[in-house]
Amino acid sequence: MTAENLAPAIRRRRGAPARELVRWGYGLLGILVIAAAWELYKFLGPADGVVIAGARVLPRTTDLAMPHTWDMVARLFDPVTRSATANPLWLEVALAALTTLGIAAVGWLVGIVIGFLLALVMQRWRLAEWGLLPWIILSQTVPLIAFAPIVRSWGSRIEIGAFEWQDWMSVAVIASYLAFFPIAVGALKGLQSPDVIHTELMRTYGVGWWKTLLKLRIPASVPYLLPALRLGAANAVVGAVVAEVSTGMQGGIGRILIQYAGQASGDPSKAWGPIFGSIVLGLAAAGSVAILGAILRNYRRVEINA
Amino acid sequence: MKHSTRRFATVGALAATAALVLSACSGPADTGSGGNENAGDSLTEVKLQLQWLPQGQFAGYFAALDQGYFEDEGLDVEIIPSGGDIVPQDALANGDVDYAIAWVPKVLGSIEAGANVTNIAQIFQRSGTLQVSWADSGIESVADFEGKKIGSWGFGNEWEIFAAMAAEGLDSSTVEIITQDFNMNAFLQGDIDAAQAMTYNEYAQLLETTDPETGELYTEDDFNVISYEDTVGAMLQDAIWADTEKLEGDEEYQETTVSFLKAVVKGWIYAAENPEEASQITLDAGSGWGPSHELWMVNETNKLIWPAANGIGIIDEAAFDKTVQGALSAVNEQGAALIKEEPPAGVWTNDYIQKALDELEDEGVDTKGEGFTPIKVTLEEGGN
Repeated sequence: MTAENLAPAIRRRRGAPARELVRWGYGLLGILVIAAAWELYKFLGPADGVVIAGARVLPRTTDLAMPHTWDMVARLFDPVTRSATANPLWLEVALAALTTLGIAAVGWLVGIVIGFLLALVMQRWRLAEWGLLPWIILSQTVPLIAFAPIVRSWGSRIEIGAFEWQDWMSVAVIASYLAFFPIAVGALKGLQSPDVIHTELMRTYGVGWWKTLLKLRIPASVPYLLPALRLGAANAVVGAVVAEVSTGMQGGIGRILIQYAGQASGDPSKAWGPIFGSIVLGLAAAGSVAILGAILRNYRRVEINA
Repeated sequence: MKHSTRRFATVGALAATAALVLSACSGPADTGSGGNENAGDSLTEVKLQLQWLPQGQFAGYFAALDQGYFEDEGLDVEIIPSGGDIVPQDALANGDVDYAIAWVPKVLGSIEAGANVTNIAQIFQRSGTLQVSWADSGIESVADFEGKKIGSWGFGNEWEIFAAMAAEGLDSSTVEIITQDFNMNAFLQGDIDAAQAMTYNEYAQLLETTDPETGELYTEDDFNVISYEDTVGAMLQDAIWADTEKLEGDEEYQETTVSFLKAVVKGWIYAAENPEEASQITLDAGSGWGPSHELWMVNETNKLIWPAANGIGIIDEAAFDKTVQGALSAVNEQGAALIKEEPPAGVWTNDYIQKALDELEDEGVDTKGEGFTPIKVTLEEGGN
C-alpha cells in the first residue's frame, strides 16, 4: 500500500516544472476546444436548433440562445450597468463568488465536523450504525424547496444576547446539510476499512479504542475521506448557491444568477457572467480539497515512517 | 530547496484557506449587524417581508426607509427580500415578520389553507399584468387565446389568465400553457404565442431588446398588449398584510400598524414625486437592474397606485369581490382551483389605512394624488 501510493507522488515531483506547464497547457487547450466547438456549432447549426419528434435535442444557434464566446468574454470587462458607480461585470461576479465561497466553506467545515462525529459514533457502536445510517440517507431526500424556508424561519427566531441570526447563516446551514452526507458515509467506510488482522494486532497490544482510532483507523480512513471531502465541497457549493436563490440572500452568486437571467433578453451575454463565476467557484472548491490532500499526504508519510 | 518550496506552498495554502474562512465569518456579518446597533430604545422593531428581490416595484418602502419616514413614526423597520422559496404570507403567518407584501389571489389561497392574515392596505389599485403577443399574430384579446401557446409563470402568478379565460368560456384544455422563465426569451424565440408580462418589468425587457432584423430596439408597435386590468380576470396585486390575531388583540400592534402605514404612504408619495431619486434608492438597496429599467419600473409602479380615488391603500370592496369571484372561477392547467369557498369576513379592513390617511390629511398631505402625472422613461439596450 505504501509504495504504490508514494510512487506517483514522487514521479510527479521529479517531472516538474516542464510537465506542470504541459498540464496547464492541456487545461487551457480544453477550454479552447470547447469554445471552438461552441462557435463551430453556432456557425453550422440551424438557427432553430435540431428538433426530433417535438423535442429539441440541440439548442438554437441565435445570438439570444448562444452568444458569441468573444461577446461573452468582452461583456465581462464592461460595467454591469450604465450607472456611474457600476463595477465591471467580472469584478461583480468575482465578489459574489467569493461571498458564496466563504459561506460554502463555513457550511463545508460544519459538514465535516458533523459528518465525522456521526461516522465516529456509528463506527463505535454497531447499534448506532443500524439506527442512524437509514436516517442519514433519508435526510438527503428532503427537498430544499421545503427545507430552506424552515431553516430561515427557525433562524429568525434565534437571538442570544448580542448574537443575532444572519441570512448567510441560513445559507451555510443548508450548505452543511448537503455537505455532511458524503462525509459521514465516506468517513464511516474509511474508519471501518482496516483489516481484521490489524485491529486484532492492536488488541494484542492491549490498546484501547481511542488509541486504535488515532493510530490505525483515522490514518486508514484518509484515502476514503479525500473523495468524500471533495464530494462534500461540491455539495456545499451547490447547496450554498441554491440556498441563496431559495432564501433571497443578497451578495452571493446565486442571487446574481437569477438577477441576470432576468436580463438575458436584452443583454444575453450578461447572464453568462455568473455562470462562468459558478464554474470557477466549483474549481476553487475542488482545488482547495486538492491542497488538503497534499497536506494529508505528508501526515501519512510521517505515520508510515514511524 | 524542494522541501522549502513545499513548506512554502503548504503555509500559503493554509493561509489562503484561513483567510477564506475568516472572510466568510466577518464579511456578511458586518453588513448585517449595523442595523441592530442603531436601534434606539424608543424605536419599535418592525420586519417587512417583500415578495421578491429589491426592485422598483417596492420603491415606496425603500423610500420610506431612506427618507427616515419610518423613524419619524418611531419605527425601526427591516425590509426583508424574498427568494424563490420564501412565501411572504407564510412568513407572516409563522410569526417571522410583522407585515408582508403579497398579491391578493395568492394570499386567498393561503387563507383557505389556514393562514390567519388580513389585508390592511391595497397599495396597487390596478393590475399590472399583461399578455403580450406579436403585432401580426392576430392575438388581440383573451378570446383569441384558443388553440395558442400561452405563457404563464405559475407559482400563483397565473390566476388572472385563467380567470379571464373562464369569463370567455375557455379553460386550460383549450390552450397550451407553457411555463415562462425569468426572461422573455421563450416568447422572442417563438416558443410562446402570447407571454405573460408585468407592465413594470417584463414588458420593459422586450422594449430593451434589439430586434435582430432591424438592429434597433423593439418598439411598442411591434407588440399587441392585452391588459388584464381591462378584463373580468383583473385581480388585486401588491397589498400589505398583517397578522389577524395580533390586529384583534394586541393594542401595541394596532398602533404600530397605523404608524407603519403612515410612513409607507409617505414613501409612495415620495416615489410619485421623485421617481428618479426613488429609483436610485432602490438601486442602492441592492436592486440589480440597470438604471433605465429601474426608473421605468418605478414609473410604471406609480401608475398602478396613483391617482388613488379613495386615497392610497384604501381597499375597494367591489375590486376585492371581483378578485374573489375570479379566484373562485379560475382553474389552472393541472385542474386545480385556487379557492373553493369565499374567504372569511375579516380578510380585509380599511380601519388602519383610513386612520393613517386621516392623520396624514390633518398634516396637510395629499393622499389621493389627483394631479399625478407619470414621467416619460427612455429604455436603453439591456435596461442599462
